[in-house]
Amino acid sequence: MQKGESPIIRFDGVSKYFDDFQVLKGITLAVGPSERIVICGPSGSGKSTLIRCINGLEGYGAGDIFVNDVRVGSDAAGLRAVRARVGMVFQQFNLFPHLTVRENLMLGPMRGRGMSAADATRLADRYLARVRIPEQADKYPRHLSGGQQQRVAIARSLCMEPQIMLFDEPTSALDPEMISEVLEVMAELAQTGMTMIVVTHEMGFARRVADRMIFMDHGEIVEVAPPETFFTAPKSRRAQDFLQKILNH
Amino acid sequence: MRILTALAAILTLSGCSSNWGWYVVNPSTASGAANLKFMLSGLSYSVQLSATAIAISVVIGLLVALPGLSSNVWARRASRTYVELVRAVPILVLILWVYYGLPQVTGLSIGVFWAGVIALALSDSAFQAEIFRAGIQSIARGQYEAAYSVSLGYRDTMRYVILPQAIRRILPALGNQLVYMLKMSSLVSVIGMQELTRKANELVVVEYRPLEIYTVLVLEYLVLILIVSAAVRWFERRLQTDERS
Repeated sequence: MQKGESPIIRFDGVSKYFDDFQVLKGITLAVGPSERIVICGPSGSGKSTLIRCINGLEGYGAGDIFVNDVRVGSDAAGLRAVRARVGMVFQQFNLFPHLTVRENLMLGPMRGRGMSAADATRLADRYLARVRIPEQADKYPRHLSGGQQQRVAIARSLCMEPQIMLFDEPTSALDPEMISEVLEVMAELAQTGMTMIVVTHEMGFARRVADRMIFMDHGEIVEVAPPETFFTAPKSRRAQDFLQKILNH
Repeated sequence: MRILTALAAILTLSGCSSNWGWYVVNPSTASGAANLKFMLSGLSYSVQLSATAIAISVVIGLLVALPGLSSNVWARRASRTYVELVRAVPILVLILWVYYGLPQVTGLSIGVFWAGVIALALSDSAFQAEIFRAGIQSIARGQYEAAYSVSLGYRDTMRYVILPQAIRRILPALGNQLVYMLKMSSLVSVIGMQELTRKANELVVVEYRPLEIYTVLVLEYLVLILIVSAAVRWFERRLQTDERS
């Protein structure tokens, strides 16, 4: 940990199996407040599973995960409390297609935080302005471009006013010309001091924004390093091979 | 509408032959008008019976479908058992059993109307449960995850995210069930419910004109169901434009 004192997220020897296949192998990791972490690695390395365990979208077998010293477990009320402080952005956006953009943003504050409709509307409009699409508030998600949809999804998470934001390959489903508008919003968010964990293959973004790079392979954390070191002098053979493939394609 | 006109034309033409006696339901004669009025007086019972039954069966269907999608194996089995058992009983048998059998078991006497409602609702609920299950299963996992990630609980996730989408998708199937229910309500005539079919039966006994009277009965159901279908389609379109605006 580089910033802050006590960790905001802590993995203690976390393992997880899908039937016989071990997706996570004794992960131990601490993330400090305002830290920005980028996780990369080959597909099937367990990076998505790792961040999905943080807000309990995936359960885990052995070990413990703590968010703000609350154990992420199976108890429903505890999980909802964790989810209220941890926002998540998905590869496929997962906007609610039957609700307008503004309603997408208001649902969490109203039903998850018990906010009034008037307050939730104000909050929604504030965050829509922040991701620079206030004029789309009354449209339905399918009328928006992919980049706009993903920005709505980011705003939807921010409306929960979380301490931590998780991004699960947020630009992988986007057309190339839309990637930068999403990365820009994420970079701005990083400057506000938000704790962020980002699974991505966007190495330019990682270099600019990350405090630490985490390289995963076969369910293990193989290498943890600041981006300068990771990109110029990766220690492990597996990280070298991975960077070779991804940077020279 | 064209089909209806053609049908009416055929019936009128063949009515010229000696086999037909339209006088029995001819609205321009006093007795014919009275007969027609008598037949139509069953309409409100048919509609009330079907509407009440479908309202109840949708609720039961949903309550049976939800545990069917649970991760708990016993909840799933209970739901499955209900569907298999109820679906296996013919509606007519269920009507007879509820009307003649259930009072003996419970000691309560059940009126014809409520016996009909209970039987139709129970029978239909198994199908409703399957329709809901299919509808809910068709919603992508990402929708649950997005709802959970903004701190919604299971109930709110179902209520505000999953069911509104699922119900849009199953609306055509629900419309089908409503039509089916209107038709099956004719079976409740066997226990003496004064709905359309029973009225027609009673009139036939008095007038000895089954051909004309049952033809009118067919038309009554036809018109009723065409109206319901049109209403369902209108509602479907309205929901779609809601999303498109």
